[in-house]
Amino acid sequence: MSTAMSQNRGLGAAIWDYLTTVDHKKIAHLYLVSGGLFFLIGGLEAMLIRIQLMQPDNNFISAGLYNEMITMHGTTMIFLAAMPLIFALMNAVVPLQIGARDVAFPFLNSLGFWLFLFGGIMLNVSWFTGGAPDAGWTNYAPLSTVSPGHGVDYYVMGLQISGAGTLIGGINFLVTIVNMRAPGMTYMRMPLFTWASFVTSTLILFAFPALTVGLFLMMFDRMFGSVFFDTAAGGNAIIWEHLFWIFGHPEVYILILPLFGAFSDIFSTFSKKRLFGYSAMVFATVLIGFLGFMVWAHHMFTVGMGPIANSIFAVATMAIAVPTGIKIFNWMFTMWGGNIRMTSAMLWSIAFIPSFTIGGMTGVMLAAAAADYQYHDTYFVVGHFHYVIVGGVVFGLFAALHYWWPKMFGKVLNEKLGKLAFWPFFIGFHLTFFIQHFLGLMGMPRRYWVFLEGQGLEAGNMISTIGAFLMALGTIIFIINVVYTAVKTEKVSGDPWDGRTLEWSIPSPPPHYNFVQTPLVRGLDPLWVEKSEGKKGMTPAEPLGDIHMPNASILPFMMSLGLFIAGFGFIYQVDDKGWLALVFIGMGITLGSMLTRSLKDDLGHHIHKADLEKDIEKGAGQ
Amino acid sequence: MSHEDVLNPKQLPHDPEKATLEGKNKFVGFWFFLGGETVLFACLFGTYLALNRSTSGDNTPEHLFGLELVFIMTMLLLTSSLTSVYAMYHMKNNDFRKMQIWLGITVILGLGFLGFEIYEFVHYIHEYEFTFRSSAFGSAFYTLVGFHGGHVLFGLSWIVALMIRNSKRGINLYNAPKFYIASLYWHFIDVVWVFIFTVVYLMGVV
Ligand code: HEM
Ligand SMILES: [Cu+2]
Repeated sequence: MSTAMSQNRGLGAAIWDYLTTVDHKKIAHLYLVSGGLFFLIGGLEAMLIRIQLMQPDNNFISAGLYNEMITMHGTTMIFLAAMPLIFALMNAVVPLQIGARDVAFPFLNSLGFWLFLFGGIMLNVSWFTGGAPDAGWTNYAPLSTVSPGHGVDYYVMGLQISGAGTLIGGINFLVTIVNMRAPGMTYMRMPLFTWASFVTSTLILFAFPALTVGLFLMMFDRMFGSVFFDTAAGGNAIIWEHLFWIFGHPEVYILILPLFGAFSDIFSTFSKKRLFGYSAMVFATVLIGFLGFMVWAHHMFTVGMGPIANSIFAVATMAIAVPTGIKIFNWMFTMWGGNIRMTSAMLWSIAFIPSFTIGGMTGVMLAAAAADYQYHDTYFVVGHFHYVIVGGVVFGLFAALHYWWPKMFGKVLNEKLGKLAFWPFFIGFHLTFFIQHFLGLMGMPRRYWVFLEGQGLEAGNMISTIGAFLMALGTIIFIINVVYTAVKTEKVSGDPWDGRTLEWSIPSPPPHYNFVQTPLVRGLDPLWVEKSEGKKGMTPAEPLGDIHMPNASILPFMMSLGLFIAGFGFIYQVDDKGWLALVFIGMGITLGSMLTRSLKDDLGHHIHKADLEKDIEKGAGQ
Repeated sequence: MSHEDVLNPKQLPHDPEKATLEGKNKFVGFWFFLGGETVLFACLFGTYLALNRSTSGDNTPEHLFGLELVFIMTMLLLTSSLTSVYAMYHMKNNDFRKMQIWLGITVILGLGFLGFEIYEFVHYIHEYEFTFRSSAFGSAFYTLVGFHGGHVLFGLSWIVALMIRNSKRGINLYNAPKFYIASLYWHFIDVVWVFIFTVVYLMGVV
């Protein structure tokens, strides 16, 4: 209904529709498009880094620009590409998997997106206003507190705004999963992707406030003259490192867990088997989430915390390898004896297993505190985290996008092009990062602008750069695939993969209320339960009746815009107090919108039974 | 449930704040939010504890803090938590007028607290030249206590806004969750203050 209408109403109306939408499926589109664009920007920055490091003593980009490049690459990839792409998947899939009509807080869902987007734009505006942040994505003090210009200020304000959006998104998904499950969808029947989203949201809730505080202290030091990190006035720069990693280590699990969930669903679907060791998988996910908070100081072994602290954190870190290993084996046992279909989604998933396992192994190596004195801040660490982040998160995103693309857009991505994109990316990935472990062991430090001739680092760096070009090629083919599919491919049914979970029981893309009637869940893999009893679809849990839906609103956009404006005010009031005007205008817009939201009744609207019956004739039911 | 049932319920259920799905969501969501706020304050406390002796030759906690004023502030805030409980009690009994009165008392007590806090800060700045910038201890003190004060201010504005908006229509299933979570927020602020009182002031002078 809504899609057909918006097509007739023209472009302006469609834009307005997206600016005000509170529909989780459209918010998923917004996250996908903006996260995808930031992924390309971050990728471009990575290519420039690799070109600079292609040969010794290179002068392709200047030293200062190089620092900006590595900082913005890391920051963009983590906060503006991986996070939103994960939120795209969570928005597109979680409500469908639990049989809900929307998320718990549709309004906040939209607010979370706009905060993220404005934060991301803010960060990137710095390129055009005199220089991007240049103190690394970890932004350690005192390097960051003394960095000249406003680059680091953009880092602080941009991440503060987008971080608030992430926190809101996390709370939203927690409540959605706690309160909005369809009848019969008990916790231990939830698909693994939903479980992982649940644990990830918990991690977001407890990890992001640490970053919030860190950024506030950094902001106060840089913009308002406080001395938290200034040792001359009694401050302590290590506080930043603790706050950053209390957030930062959980963050890496925030990134990987949802993809672990997606892999579980994919392996099970394309092996035509129920997930092996479902309860062990759930337990391992929760345990990883829990342990993820106990290990942050493994990033600080060389700070001088002392042998006891180092040992405790080393052992705790190594312990995480246990639940992770459980998962790896369960995925393999799921495939074992299964009826395997080698789709593109499956290809990415299978490639993930050895790639990620290598990353886990180097992780355990790094966790040996004494040895880390050798590895720390070398290319070995760069190799490690790219094996887990690219081999885990990025492979996972590709797999999940292939898998859920038909649910989001009603079309299956072209399989030939899908595989054609996979191979250069996969080979390029190992070329780029495997050799970096050895470069690191040979002593090449991380984050250096040039390396010298005659130290045996030439060949390795050249190979690494060639690999990066192959990864870029794979990405380009994937984009071609997206365009090709949009233009050429026919629409498919609601269940192109012979799926097992609830999202495959409704049309693709689903009507905006998702389920005409809330389904009754009778077991794990609910759709498969019905299929194995010879039924076509789900049994409804309620008679056909009016559906209550939330109203669209422009307020989330306005609130985020206000903070965006205020952000510039905060940054530039250091130079000239006149800029404080922007702070007042921006905060006025934000607080005014919040007040409007609190005071103006918004009860949502109803979709009437008669309209639903018309939709059913057009196929909204099954 | 139709909009009419939500805005003008024939009979108010015992837990009006959790009678609708939206209300239940707000209730659960707000508890989660408070979990995040707890981490936020925990980080601020951690920072404070790391820096409270870093006075850099400037004012020390012993030198600055006097417990009399802080004791009065504590009493004001603790009492305001109690009065907000009374307000919620009357909300559940559908006695709108009494709820408003107790919320009003809560606001007055909160304003009293805030007034004393501002006085305290002004006093430190003018009498002792102890500022946000004078030492790491100063930065940490004003940030921790100031964040709390900011929360008090936000909570007060929130409660007042709800009181004014709903003054003419009584309690219904739409605004009951709003009042309820505002009061939860108020309790949270109170709990944080108990920790500030202990960690900053008591441990500061002892
Ligand atoms: C068995 C699991 C893992 C272990 C034992 C482990 C261990 C470590 C250790 C000890 C370091 C610090 C190295 C140093 O700076 O000297 C590190 C860095 C890092 N790890 Fe892992 N890790 C594991 C999994 C992961 C995962 C799953 C991710 C992300 C998805 C990840 C992302 C990172 C990142 C981004 C860094 C570098 C941060 C920086 O300095 O910029 N790790 N890891
Ligand atoms: Cu870590």
